[in-house]
Amino acid sequence: MPEPTSTGAAIRFDAVEKAFDASGRGRVVALSDVTLDIGAGDICGIIGRSGAGKSTLLRMVNGLEVPTSGTVTVGGRDVGRASGADLRAIRREVGMIFQHFNLLASRTVYGNIALPLEIAGLPSGQIKQRVTDLIARVGLEAQANRYPAELSGGQKQRVGIARALATQPKVLLSDEATSALDPETTQTVLGLLRDINRDLGLTILLITHEMAVVRDIASHMAVIDGGRIVESGPTYDVFVQPKHPTTRSFLSGVTGITLPAFIASRMQDSRPDGASEEVIRVTFAGSHATDPMLAKLTGEMGISVNILAGAIEEIGPHPFGNLLISVDAARGSDAREYLQRHGLLTEVLGYVR
Amino acid sequence: MSANLIALLYDATLQTLYMVAISAILGTVLGLPLGVFLATSQRGELLSSPLLNKVLGLVVNAARSVPFIILVVAIIPFTRLIAGTSIGTTAAIVPLTIAATPFIARLVENAIREVDAGLIEAARAMGATPYQIIRKVLVPEALPGITLGLTLAVVSLIGYSAMVGAVGGEGLGDLGIRYGYQRFMPDVMLAVVVILIVMVQLVQSIGEWIAARVDKRAPRNRGN
Ligand SMILES: Nc1ncnc2c1ncn2[C@@H]1O[C@H](COP(=O)(O)OP(=O)(O)OP(=O)(O)O)[C@@H](O)[C@H]1O
Ligand SMILES: [Mg+2]
Repeated sequence: MPEPTSTGAAIRFDAVEKAFDASGRGRVVALSDVTLDIGAGDICGIIGRSGAGKSTLLRMVNGLEVPTSGTVTVGGRDVGRASGADLRAIRREVGMIFQHFNLLASRTVYGNIALPLEIAGLPSGQIKQRVTDLIARVGLEAQANRYPAELSGGQKQRVGIARALATQPKVLLSDEATSALDPETTQTVLGLLRDINRDLGLTILLITHEMAVVRDIASHMAVIDGGRIVESGPTYDVFVQPKHPTTRSFLSGVTGITLPAFIASRMQDSRPDGASEEVIRVTFAGSHATDPMLAKLTGEMGISVNILAGAIEEIGPHPFGNLLISVDAARGSDAREYLQRHGLLTEVLGYVR
Repeated sequence: MSANLIALLYDATLQTLYMVAISAILGTVLGLPLGVFLATSQRGELLSSPLLNKVLGLVVNAARSVPFIILVVAIIPFTRLIAGTSIGTTAAIVPLTIAATPFIARLVENAIREVDAGLIEAARAMGATPYQIIRKVLVPEALPGITLGLTLAVVSLIGYSAMVGAVGGEGLGDLGIRYGYQRFMPDVMLAVVVILIVMVQLVQSIGEWIAARVDKRAPRNRGN
């Protein structure tokens, strides 16, 4: 976990704890000891299971939720202690988009995007100019006078994004913004967010339960489990060398490599007596061919290798590969040592008799 | 039916329209803000003031549980204070308004509570003040429901207005009782009933038409 620094961070969580007084169920601790820096211009993806505390974390950035202890700072200002006009000023510098879009049914596309500007008290001439620009940016010129009920999900989210950008914020928060969309629409919306990040230098904090979203868009990521950040760092590093079991289980979903069922069902954690196979995950950064490495393992070391599953992924511009193999358990440590010596990462997943 | 009776019916219709229209307008002017407040002032809500919410809620419930005919009689001193007299068509507007206000307040409250909480959240995230959220989000989004609620209130007022003959209020109800019932003129009674039915139908149709016009939600989300 990176040490918090006083400069460069657009958003900073410092020892944040949040507990809810849930009626009848006592206190629910939604977040504990969250310390995280999000650099200006980064796209940071926060991933976690349902109930992990993602929304609570996000909602603290614009003061919709106030920490029980610790501080959340945005652009150097303490959000948790701001109130009234100060808090509203901070909120205008933080845009937010939602899973269910939260557009006003009674307003057209134009009217929805104009709303935050009306709220900010901009003169109507400027509102018109700004809204027209935003509609063009998200490519909804033809739909400007339509009502949300007449739009597709992807179009609605474009309106949501344009509305969030209206007050020219420095930070954009996204709460599962693509979870209600099909995969293709998800890609176009993520593409739009990427463009905005690049063109406007906007810091984006997005939460999701889909690793694919993080892989496709986030420069940095954090994994949250049971209200705690269990792992964080540049997305590539976390993908290549995941440390926490929760991260690994999210990764196995997205890397598309899972053990074949007939092996997974027989796998055990400790090495059994007698002959057995050791199942190893091999991860390699860059596009090094692994085949020669595995061939050499057999040739030089005399260890024969079964390939169980494998895939090559891309995170931003970086390819990385993931391979599940099994070797004779008696030679397992030799094999791992050999592969590690040649720059590959290995991890023992279990043993099969 | 004599020309004389037709003139009576015509006058009575105008009197009913006058009473209903003025009390509906006054009831809306008072009931709309009251309803908005009731819908936004529970603990943790936009205008969070639980105590006042509770007190106003009790007052509204009390006013709504008094049968209209008793309300008319019970508030005669108050009517005299406001209208200068306790007898007559104009005086009848006072009890009608007092009956309409809590009714409209509850209907408005319900319509506003139907608005998706996500919209309030989005507006808060934009930095809106509670007043802006009410003006720009809650009321416009609740407008179809509010319109249907007001339609219901006007229809009820037409019914209530028939009872104000008890304090000398005129109008169709009073005409029906005095001529149709007390002087046994069934044709007058029938004419009064027919005019009331037409009036209610017209109000209902116009109300639904306006509600449909202001409703921009997808058809499947419609309804109240
Ligand atoms: N207002 C609240 N009152 C009480 N408990 C709450 C409240 N908001 C959230 N919680 C609890 O805090 C925990 C974290 O909730 P949160 O909404 O942040 O999860 P999440 O990671 O966003 O989940 P999901 O993916 O389902 O949206 C949950 O146990 C939830 O029940
Ligand atoms: Mg959530």
